[in-house]
Amino acid sequence: MEATYNYKVVRQFSIMTVVWGIVGMLVGVIIAAQLMWPTLTEALGPLAPYLSYGRLRPLHTNAVIFAFGGSALFATSLYIVQRTCQTRLLSDGLAAFVFWGWQLVILLAAISLPMGYTSGKEYAELEWPIDLLITVVWVAYAVLFLGTIMIRKTQHIYVANWFFGAYIITIAILHLVNSAELPWALAGGSWFKSYSAYAGVHDAMVQWWYGHNAVGFFLTTAFLGMMYYFIPKQAGRPIFSYRLSIVHFWALNFIYMWAGPHHLLYTALPDWVQSLGMVFSLMLIAPSWGGMLNGIMTLSGAWHKLRTDPILKFLITALSFYGMSTFEGPMMSVKTVNALSHYTEWNIAHVHSGALGWVAMISIGSLYHLIPRLYGREEMHSVRLINVHFWWSTIGVVLYIASMWIAGVAQGLMWRATNLDGTLTYSFAQSVAAMYPFYAIRLIGGAMFFAGMLLMAWNVWKTVAAGKAVNDARIPQAVTA
Amino acid sequence: MDAGTLSSIVTVLFFILFIAILWWVFKRDNKQKFEDAGNLPFQEDAEDAGKRRTD
Repeated sequence: MEATYNYKVVRQFSIMTVVWGIVGMLVGVIIAAQLMWPTLTEALGPLAPYLSYGRLRPLHTNAVIFAFGGSALFATSLYIVQRTCQTRLLSDGLAAFVFWGWQLVILLAAISLPMGYTSGKEYAELEWPIDLLITVVWVAYAVLFLGTIMIRKTQHIYVANWFFGAYIITIAILHLVNSAELPWALAGGSWFKSYSAYAGVHDAMVQWWYGHNAVGFFLTTAFLGMMYYFIPKQAGRPIFSYRLSIVHFWALNFIYMWAGPHHLLYTALPDWVQSLGMVFSLMLIAPSWGGMLNGIMTLSGAWHKLRTDPILKFLITALSFYGMSTFEGPMMSVKTVNALSHYTEWNIAHVHSGALGWVAMISIGSLYHLIPRLYGREEMHSVRLINVHFWWSTIGVVLYIASMWIAGVAQGLMWRATNLDGTLTYSFAQSVAAMYPFYAIRLIGGAMFFAGMLLMAWNVWKTVAAGKAVNDARIPQAVTA
Repeated sequence: MDAGTLSSIVTVLFFILFIAILWWVFKRDNKQKFEDAGNLPFQEDAEDAGKRRTD
């Protein structure tokens, strides 16, 4: 029997990426509307508490990061590791366990967050029973991915796999340390409430060490793994400089760990830790831009492909947003800039420049490359529709971040404005009122991005319907030893 | 040894390690090896050339 790749788990995760993308972004659109019209969901009567802003907001962040982004990463990492190691996944059973286990985590999150169960840690809100399940699924994923690398037929481990490997190991450490918590049940209380094992400023530091490295290793390193495979494949030429990719990898790993304190400038955190966080954040510009240029320069000599290939447009635009947000981030971590930007809508602009512009666009581009190959098609059902999707997404992101930039700067300036006698020029309510036009533009931008995902879903549906699941993709005989 | 000294030593060691990685990456002897590695994603296509998946 000819050796084949396991495409089933890749297919499952690819389809769920589209599904969770739609769900997560719909929740985002709803909460954006709630900021415009705070009483929007009150008419729902008994349902209203479950759909209040405070409960939907963590649902939105968890859904887009861990359900949409997570599924995209499972799909692409498990595809890339097989293709570049020229071997089938270590175990089909383990692959199925990772898929169903992760879907169960998402389902439990979708139930528990609207019900109000939360540990109160941003991006780590899920309560301890779910945390335990995440740990089990994640260890299974690590064994599956790293085990597949161990049985590889190629001599070299391709750079994308290094990025995915760093992501898997780091997320495991972050999750274990930050989610160290004591269930209240131990003291005779609720089974669904826990308290952090850390107290005070230590808890804050652990939380943002987790929070920023979740950005660094989940939303950056892992998606760079995607970038290092799909950009060369779609452009039909190897990465601009493989050697630069290795430097990119190690520089990111050495520097990222200490950027977390920039989330806690001007707090009770010791001043030297704040400065350290700022300096490490500034240093991150170097590897980030090195990686971005490496990806973009891959098209050097083939720029014309950008005119005709909408998938490449998605991938390269994603890198441009990566470059923009990794320049903006270090700037915002400078204390004097942070004094203006922190706690304002500017943060929301920055996050979505990274999340929509970089993470979502690189995922969407990769999926448009991947899905036809999983269903035995040459390309997506409608390439023209990919182009429409590209423009809707791009205009949507630009509207979103431009409005939130202006809103954030206005907010920061209004909060700090004082009269000659030292009293505040504006009340807080006045700064809220000033946000309305920008909230409206943001809602339009977000809705456009969401609508683009619906186009994608239709395109994927048609592609899948006319295709046939590929379960016999042949593994080439290893050529190099 | 206190924690401060220990972390200073680790920081310096990591820095030296990073320089060593740079040296290893840009060493002339390794140029061909890394160029071949960059072509890994395309090996599969070279094998599959003339036998596209249409099943």
